[in-house]
Amino acid sequence: MNIQIENLSFRYPNGVLALRRVSLEIAPGEQVAVIGQNGAGKTTLVKHLNGLLLPTEGRVRIGDWDTRHYSVAKLARRVGYVFQNPDEQLFTKTVAEEIAFGPRNLGYPGERIQELVEDALQLTQLQAMRNTNPYDLSPTWRKMVAIASILAMDTPILVFDEPTTGQDAASVTRLAMIIAELKRRGKTVITITHDIDFCAENFARVIVMGGGQVLLDGPARTVLGKAEILAQTYVDPPQITRLGLRLGLAEVVCTPQEFLDAFEKQCAA
Amino acid sequence: MPIVKLQQVTYHYPFTEKPALQDINLEVEEGEFVAVIGPNGAGKSTLCYTLAGFIPHFYKGELKGIVEVDGVLVQDSDLSDWVLKVGLVFQNPFNQISGAKYTVFEEVAFGLENSGVPRSEIIRRVEEVLQMTGIADLADRSPYSLSGGQQQRVALASILVMQPKVLVLDEPTSQMDPIGTREVFGVIRQMAEQGMTVVMAEHKVEWIAQFADRVIALWEGKIYLEGKPHEVLTDERLVEKGFGVSRYTTTARLALPRGLWQKERPLPVTLEEAVAGFSALRNARRKQG
Ligand SMILES: Nc1ncnc2c1ncn2[C@@H]1O[C@H](COP(=O)(O)OP(=O)(O)OP(=O)(O)O)[C@@H](O)[C@H]1O
Ligand SMILES: Nc1ncnc2c1ncn2[C@@H]1O[C@H](COP(=O)(O)OP(=O)(O)O)[C@@H](O)[C@H]1O
Ligand SMILES: [Mg+2]
Ligand SMILES: [Mg+2]
Repeated sequence: MNIQIENLSFRYPNGVLALRRVSLEIAPGEQVAVIGQNGAGKTTLVKHLNGLLLPTEGRVRIGDWDTRHYSVAKLARRVGYVFQNPDEQLFTKTVAEEIAFGPRNLGYPGERIQELVEDALQLTQLQAMRNTNPYDLSPTWRKMVAIASILAMDTPILVFDEPTTGQDAASVTRLAMIIAELKRRGKTVITITHDIDFCAENFARVIVMGGGQVLLDGPARTVLGKAEILAQTYVDPPQITRLGLRLGLAEVVCTPQEFLDAFEKQCAA
Repeated sequence: MPIVKLQQVTYHYPFTEKPALQDINLEVEEGEFVAVIGPNGAGKSTLCYTLAGFIPHFYKGELKGIVEVDGVLVQDSDLSDWVLKVGLVFQNPFNQISGAKYTVFEEVAFGLENSGVPRSEIIRRVEEVLQMTGIADLADRSPYSLSGGQQQRVALASILVMQPKVLVLDEPTSQMDPIGTREVFGVIRQMAEQGMTVVMAEHKVEWIAQFADRVIALWEGKIYLEGKPHEVLTDERLVEKGFGVSRYTTTARLALPRGLWQKERPLPVTLEEAVAGFSALRNARRKQG
């Protein structure tokens, strides 16, 4: 399902102009990372995708639906959104109930709900915690529950707002696996993150925001090598990319493997 | 004389069988910057709560061993006295905003207002920390109408402004942008230089290597490794146990069998170390070739 954002501007009631004429198109099945400095407008942008916020100017279309004409409840069939703060999202007594809440609300039949809940538990590796109260879990596991409850809604588009925050190496790997699986299933995934290394390793397309605008948008390799523009929005290139730039490698590299191949070539030259 | 002293500290949250901290021995010198790393659930937050007196004064459960700061045992102190000595920045900034204030400026000034500091001094100190944490332009905004990273900066500012003797930070940069993160590490280093004692739970090893004096690696509630940042962060045992390591370290490990990293050279953790190591190898190769 196509996402079309045309000339989107948004002003909060307190007067803050958080988005300025943003235009973007995201094709079905794309994996996109959104990066940029604190306050750049990333969360504000993605909250427009499921109608939590409506444009002050311009428009947002999810498939053939203009978000101004559809309720948040309706849009939830097309776009799943995992909040930056999971506590804004969780409210039931057990992990399994929490995950079942979304698909039940969408009116799926019981058997399908069961399947979706099991699938989400498995993808997030939450099986052992199915009967636990989400509030007895650490914040990092609560975030995983929030992710699982969106996975279970089986929407064509999923939006993750800073899923890597505070996660350890194993959880970041698990997130990467979830994103790869969603890609395999043909889902559109939009992920906000400050973990630029994670971004380099898992996303083909990167959108860089700053001051309510899109500063850069393109293939990860092109975008993440532009150190000067990234610095304007308080972003460093990925660790490996910085190393490649410092050593003057001919190409922009994003992973250790790519770096070593390019470096070996450079040594031989 | 260490300012922080933990001896054989073991702690169980209420109704739990497995201790969240087990046999922790830790001494921190005045002005030292100690980083605490560990996978999720390792006990980083629990250690932070213990240092900050929330264990045992807020979280009940069973605390054994000695927790002493500046010569006073935690059991012999009220939480209200303790927090003036040991400031804690919570893992989740959404929990730290007091809710009592209308602007970011007042929110940050809140703790000082009841402490007898003169108004002019309060204003000076608040302006200074707003600058240091990169939120001077948000002074007049409501603390609720902020982005996640901006709220995290407010939470940090409202503790820094109190100038506690011991500063405990639980993943204080988790929602901050990359360059902001580096700047905050720099600010905290500067605080330590000025004599503040710092204990910081963090995952970002590149900056820990550059800014901290010592690293404690926690695993399943115990101190698993401890030492100089460079030694701990390149220790192979970290990888086995699921600790995060720097991409530079990983790259050099992969480079070794390909002859792209010199065997005798220590593994890199920071960009500068990686640049130096790979440049040296390139020069050596070119000389040979
Ligand atoms: N509820 C709100 N009311 C008013 N202004 C807000 C609100 N939420 C955010 N803002 C402001 O809108 C701008 C964009 O905020 P947004 O949350 O979209 O940033 P972000 O890019 O997600 O940042 P972060 O990386 O810190 O999460 C900022 O100036 C912020 O202070
Ligand atoms: N309030 C609590 N009640 C019971 N157990 C808890 C509580 N908070 C943390 N724990 C448990 O204590 C252990 C250490 O957790 P924590 O200190 O949060 O680790 P970290 O901060 O390193 O992720 C974990 O097993 C966790 O489940
Ligand atoms: Mg945000
Ligand atoms: Mg923690």
